[in-house]
Amino acid sequence: MILALTLLLGCQLGGEIVSQALHLPVPGPVLGMVFLAILLIARGRLSLELGQAADFLLRHLSLFFVPAAVGVISNGARIAREWWPLSVALVVSTALTITVAALVFQSVERLIARGRR
Amino acid sequence: MIPSGHAAIAGLWVYLHTQPLLWLTATLAAYAIGVVLHERAGRSPLVNTVAVAVALLVSMLLATGTSYATYFDGAKFVHFLLGPATVALAVPLFRNRQVVARAIMPIAAALLAGSLTAACSAMAIAWALGATWQTVLSLAPKSVTTPIAMGVSERIGGSPSLTAVLVILTGIVGAVIATPLLNVLGVRDWRARGFAVGLAAHGLGTARAFQVHEMAGTFAGIAVGLNGIATAVLVPLLIEFLR
Repeated sequence: MILALTLLLGCQLGGEIVSQALHLPVPGPVLGMVFLAILLIARGRLSLELGQAADFLLRHLSLFFVPAAVGVISNGARIAREWWPLSVALVVSTALTITVAALVFQSVERLIARGRR
Repeated sequence: MIPSGHAAIAGLWVYLHTQPLLWLTATLAAYAIGVVLHERAGRSPLVNTVAVAVALLVSMLLATGTSYATYFDGAKFVHFLLGPATVALAVPLFRNRQVVARAIMPIAAALLAGSLTAACSAMAIAWALGATWQTVLSLAPKSVTTPIAMGVSERIGGSPSLTAVLVILTGIVGAVIATPLLNVLGVRDWRARGFAVGLAAHGLGTARAFQVHEMAGTFAGIAVGLNGIATAVLVPLLIEFLR
């Protein structure tokens, strides 16, 4: 477990360093994900330990969002003032985004499948 | 001198209240209650684990007059794990690399269309309904994972802390509506379903997708990373264009 966690944190640290040094708009953990993917693909296999550590973290992914979400109390006044445009924008835009992404994915996939035949 | 009962409890509270341990434990306990309620409700997306946990914690903070800074001092240990968990998304990506490689074209098309829809529609709706410009800007990166969204918000002149909250609310909305919405749309492909949810609702959408199907979760994870990068590049350009 220690090795796997070191690898995950090491990739994050590497991502953080590259992101800061090159002033990239992409944050460290996302670059870290790219680094780990490259490492795994180069190595061609995944250790049992890393698989278990990743599964553990991903199973509880939504827990890690809770502390930031509680920040809602610091923004209470503005949210109360602009609750109507905010809630309509969040719900409609999220529904629209899911719809557009899913339908575009599906139609391009079908177009390609038809081309292959 | 041994303090009397009431004073002892008050003293203990004063001590614990400022210690990271209390709010760290409270965060885990509130989440555990959310998990139990979610299970009791037959895993209905309507009973969202994060929403339950946040409601409980906010009530506790308000009732005890605790500041967010004090709370976060304890909860930051949980918050920190968001980083390694994001890195860990490479693991399901690697496990499903062949499936992903075959779907590269639909992924690219859905990414571009979805990323622009997420930013443009949120900004247009909020602006049309009379939100202030700073609020409109804070909404632009709402569909991407918190660290990217906060960075983008700061760069374009939004409020990073408001963005952090809007990101989570988007995640909850996405996790709640995704399954019924995709059923109505008749999208049955797990890859398309997962990718759309991850793109629109980042890690919270991904957590929901993993609950439903491993393949959906994998594609949701890919969408989180890709839309994070796409939004970090596209939204600042879009705002530049609007000015």
